[in-house]
Formats: sequence, structure tokens, C-alpha cells
Amino acid sequence: MSDYTTQELISIFAMQGFAGFSLFSVLLLMALGLAIIFGQMGVINMAHGEFMAVGAYTTYLLSAMSEQYFPAFVQYYFIFAIILSFIIAGLLGYLAEFALIRHLYKRPLDTLLATWGLSLIMQQIFRSVFGAREVSPTLPEWLLGSYQPTETIDIPLNGIFVLGLTAFVTLGVFILMYRSTWGLRVRATTQNRVMSGAVGINTKKIDRLTFALGCGIAGIAGAAFTTIASTGPTTGSLYIVDTFMVVVFGGAASLFGTIASAFSIAQAQSILEFFISGSMAKVITLLTIVVFLMMRPEGLFSIKVRK
Amino acid sequence: MKSKFMFSKLGYLMGAVLGVSMTANINTAVAAGVNTTGLAVTDKTVKVGILHSLTGTMAISETGAQEAEKLAIKQINESGGILGRQIEYIQEDGASDWPTFAEKSRKLLVKDKVAAVFGCWTSASRKAALPVFEKENGLLYYPTFYEGLEQSHNVIYTGQEATQQILAGLDWVAKEKKAKTFYLIGSDYIWPRTTMKIARKHIEKVLGGRVVGEDYKPLGNTQFGSTINKIRLKKPDVIYAAVVGGSNVAWFKQLKAAGITGKKQTLLTLSVTEDEVLGIGGQNLKGFYSVMKYFQSQTNSNNMKFVKEFKKMHGEDSVIGDVTQAAYLGPWLWKAAVERAGSFDVDKVVAESEKGDIELKTAPEGYVKLHKNHHLWSKTRVAQWNEDGQATVVFESDLIEPNPFPKGYQ
Repeated sequence: MSDYTTQELISIFAMQGFAGFSLFSVLLLMALGLAIIFGQMGVINMAHGEFMAVGAYTTYLLSAMSEQYFPAFVQYYFIFAIILSFIIAGLLGYLAEFALIRHLYKRPLDTLLATWGLSLIMQQIFRSVFGAREVSPTLPEWLLGSYQPTETIDIPLNGIFVLGLTAFVTLGVFILMYRSTWGLRVRATTQNRVMSGAVGINTKKIDRLTFALGCGIAGIAGAAFTTIASTGPTTGSLYIVDTFMVVVFGGAASLFGTIASAFSIAQAQSILEFFISGSMAKVITLLTIVVFLMMRPEGLFSIKVRK
Repeated sequence: MKSKFMFSKLGYLMGAVLGVSMTANINTAVAAGVNTTGLAVTDKTVKVGILHSLTGTMAISETGAQEAEKLAIKQINESGGILGRQIEYIQEDGASDWPTFAEKSRKLLVKDKVAAVFGCWTSASRKAALPVFEKENGLLYYPTFYEGLEQSHNVIYTGQEATQQILAGLDWVAKEKKAKTFYLIGSDYIWPRTTMKIARKHIEKVLGGRVVGEDYKPLGNTQFGSTINKIRLKKPDVIYAAVVGGSNVAWFKQLKAAGITGKKQTLLTLSVTEDEVLGIGGQNLKGFYSVMKYFQSQTNSNNMKFVKEFKKMHGEDSVIGDVTQAAYLGPWLWKAAVERAGSFDVDKVVAESEKGDIELKTAPEGYVKLHKNHHLWSKTRVAQWNEDGQATVVFESDLIEPNPFPKGYQ
């Protein structure tokens, strides 16, 4: 290491720190939607990844359309793509809950199978509509390249963007869940469904909106990830494992658990990756999580729920 | 009763006589030597199989290959077929699932009795189908560049084996870019691992360079932040990459985002063809180099014609990558061997192929020759990517002898 100046080592340290935060924001954004749905209804949404793909494809479509029809719009379409992804994925989630999930609340294991089936159906629809090849939207200039605070530090702009977006969405979810009347109703339903119904909360409507919200956030995540990777029919299944890991490790039904879990997994992963090879880093991270869950099955944080 | 019995017996006899005469018909075909092993060959047609993934993860890559094979078959048919017979293909879907490849291979060979199969893409699918081809004595034309270390009686490899692709590219970068230090990165499975093993030996023993880092990422990984920082720390002259699939897209997007571009850094990749560029985006690849045996931008007359015909058949927007071109060679090499053998029999076709002098002057990549060891003599090219998703060839090697079992590189 003697070949390096202190300046260079500090730069690498700063960039590596940012890499960890970047991974943290990605994991958190992926897991938020799933955690909300799982926490609220005990439904494990196996099609979560596909709702992310819906967001990604929406972004791609909007990108292609603006390139073709409104070239001037190319620099700005991305913001609208995120909003549109939220709306479309949310609407689809609303529909899925109405048509499929609500019939299965009394059989939680069957929801696992049903949402998995839904994910296969969605994958095949993507393949038929968009083709088997992976696609990438054209990114606006302001998302490409890096920010250079000094000569030797490059911070990726898309990383900063995803970090900011994650902070915004997390804050939004927090306000919605803990500072609004609607959130109060959601939490009441989670704690005691029968009693909530008795005091006049429409728990069915709460369920449907929560599911739609979870799917909508997945859509936002999908849109954001087009800046990092490409989109194909099976993209969703790539993300679902990491997403589950974060939610289960964090402890279901806990927003703070999800945040803490995403943070610790991301930091462990990125620090390990720096010193050993990528595959081994993943193995060690997973092993640690398995051992932890064996000793503490409820995850990092858990809320006591009256069954 | 008795007469009726006699009559039926007569009928049986008649049938037997007819049967004999039909056998005799087949025997005349046997005399012609076209087909002695019961393949699906008639006086007018010969059946072949196409076996690629049309669904699942690999469909992205395999689509081009099967399109090229269909084009070659169509062209052969238009020019009169093989031994006067038109080729009919039966297409099966490997569905990106390796056991399915084995099962469909068996179906094509045992039930359909096809004379040859053009197919497989990943090494895993080939390894799964291989025992079936060897047991049923089928013939497979395999189009992908791969890790080598294999030579089966029943397979003709139309892509490059590892040393052909690797050594020439490394020699070029060492000479042109005065490269001394290398950072190796790949996805974590057999092809990148074997490739990097050969590359490391060549860098250390032959080029006198140094490998300053070697890293493997799980398939499907989309986070390269830490790896990119490691690369920054080690400051290699060359980044040598064999990242595949969706990871590939993430890898190049993040390199670009981190400010590592072709202007500042030499990057040589073994896993980017025109097909992959569609997903990665030319803007993220600009200035980096690929090592392949074929690029769509090649300007020889064979290729100009090939590109035109391919686009006519499969659409103006279609692109042609290395494997697509290699797949196109399959039916033509088979035609050449069958015509020389004067027979569709697998053993005779293989025997002709093993003579090592079947050449294809009309190959889009230029000129190829089939080696005794079932692989192709071919040139290796280095090309630099442009923003429009096409590459400019900057270096072309001499014809390289295929060497699937390289000594000193194991």
C-alpha cells in the first residue's frame, strides 16, 4: 500500500463508503413495498419483483416514446416515469388484490402459491409484449457520469439519485404510516383486525389500498433501477431473493427493522466485497444471516402482535 | 373356414411380398449410400433439428442463433438443397432449462430421426445434451464461443474455443497499449473461470505482465460499486472482463457512472457482442474493446450479403452478434461434409469433417476451415465500440489453429 498517497486512500475510503450507502438505498427501496404488504396482511407477495419490472418497463416505454415524439422531453421524462410507474404498478396491485388475493386471506399459504403463479403470468406477458431481449431506457444526461468533489473522487450520479429517491420514499411511507389517520387505521388493523372492524374501520378497503401502495412502491423501485441495470422479462426474479432477505432479516411488520436490516446487509456485503471476491462475500453475508435467524427467528426488530 | 383362413394367409403373404419390395426400395437407397442408419431422409427431403431456448433467461441470447440457422437452411434450399433433398427443420424449445435440452435432443434423435441438430448455447446445455448425442450417435453443431476442454465425436464446434479468443486479444493489448498490469473480472461459473485461468497463465508466463486482481461475481449480480473501487485502487492498465447476462448491463452502466470510460481506461471484454449492446446501450460502452471472431460491421462482400439477407428475413432492426454468425456456419459446414461423404450417415459425415480440409470461403467472418479436432480455424478480431452499438475493427489476427486442450494452460 506504500505506493499510494494519503489523499488517494482517503478518496477510495470515501467512494467505498458511498458504494455501501448506494447498495443500502437499493436494498431498502426494493424491500419497502414487500415489507408493508407482509407486515399488514401477512401476505408474502411473490410477484413483488414483477411489479418492479412493471415500473421498469413503464420507464422504458416513456423513454422510447419521448425519444420518438418529443425529443425535447428526453431530459425530463424520468421524473414523470417514476410517478407513472407508481400509478400503474399501484393500479395493477389494486386489481390483483381485488381479483385474487382477497379470496385467499384465510389461507395464507395459498397466497404464496397464487402470487407466484401471478409472477409467472406477468413474466410471460412481458415476454410476449416486449420480447425476450433485455431493454434499457435512454437515460437523461443529468443521470450519467459522476460528481467530482476533488480530483480523485468520483461519486456516481445515478447512485446519488437513487439514494435521494429512497430517502424521499421512506420518509413518505413513514409519514403515511405513523402521522396520518390512514396510517393509524392500517396499524390498528395490523394489531387487531376484528376489533378494528368493530370500531368502524373498513379493513377490506385498508387491505386493498395497502397492497396497492406496496406494489406502487415496487414500481418506483423498478423505475429507479433502470439507472443501474437492464430490464428483461425475468428481471424481477433476480431481485426477489435479496428483497426477501432484507424483509425477513429485519423482522416482519417493522419499518425500522427493514431499514436497519438493509443497512447492515449492504454494509457487510460491500465491505467484504472490497477485501475478498464477490461470490465469497455473498456466501459469508448469507451464512451470517442464517446463523442470526437461527438464534433470533423473529428478525432484528419485531412488533408484538395480538393474534 | 379353411378357405377363409387360406385367404387371410394369402393376404399375409401378399403383405409380406409387398413389404419385401418396400424394403428393396429402401435398399436401393442404401445402395446409393445416402442413408443406412434409418434417418428421416426421403428422396425429396431431409429432416434436421433446431434446438435453442425460445423462452426463459437464455431466449435473449439464443434468438439470434436460431434465426441465423433458419436463414442458412432457407438459402441452402433455394440453391437446390443437399444431395438433391430439401431441408425441413423441426424446432424444439430448450426453455433455458438444461434437462429439457437433453430430453428434446432425445426426442429429435430417437423419434424424429433427424440427420443433424443445430443448437445449444450455454456450456451447461451442451453438457446436458452431450450424453444423448453420444448414445444415439447424433450430430450437433454448437455455435457458442466456449471454454474448450472438450472434443466429442458427435459435436462440431463452430464458435471459438477459449485460447483462440483469449491469446490473440491479450497479445494485441500488450503490444498496442503497452499493458503490464491486468485486472480480471468475470461472472462466477465455468466459462469465465476457465477463461481467466488461461488468461492469467498467458499474462504471467508469456507477456511478462502482472495480474493485480481477480474477481468473480454471482450470476445476476447487479452491484459493482466495491469492485469498481478495488479497480481504482489497483490502477490496472487493462480491465479484462467476462461478465455475462443481466450483470453485464449493470457492470457497464456503473463503470460509466463511476467515471471510468474508454478515454481513461483500456477495457477488453470477452462477453459483449452486438446482441448484448442492445441491452447495455452504446453510450455506456463507447470506447471499450471486444474480442470476438466476428463483428457485424465487417465490410467483406460475404458479410455485406449476409447482413442484408438476415435483415430481409428477420427485420431491419435486428443485429448480428458473434454467436449468430457462428450458428449460420453450422448448416453450411454440414452441407459441405454431407456432399463430400455422399451420405447423411453421421459416422460418414463426421469422418469427412475429421479430414480437416472442409473450408467455407463464403463465411461472413471471412474464411474458416474445419480442423481435425472438430473446431474451426478462424481469425480473432478486436473492435472498439461506438455509440450507435456497432464496433470498429481495429485488429485482425491470422488464422488461428483451434486448440481445445491447451498444454501448459491447465
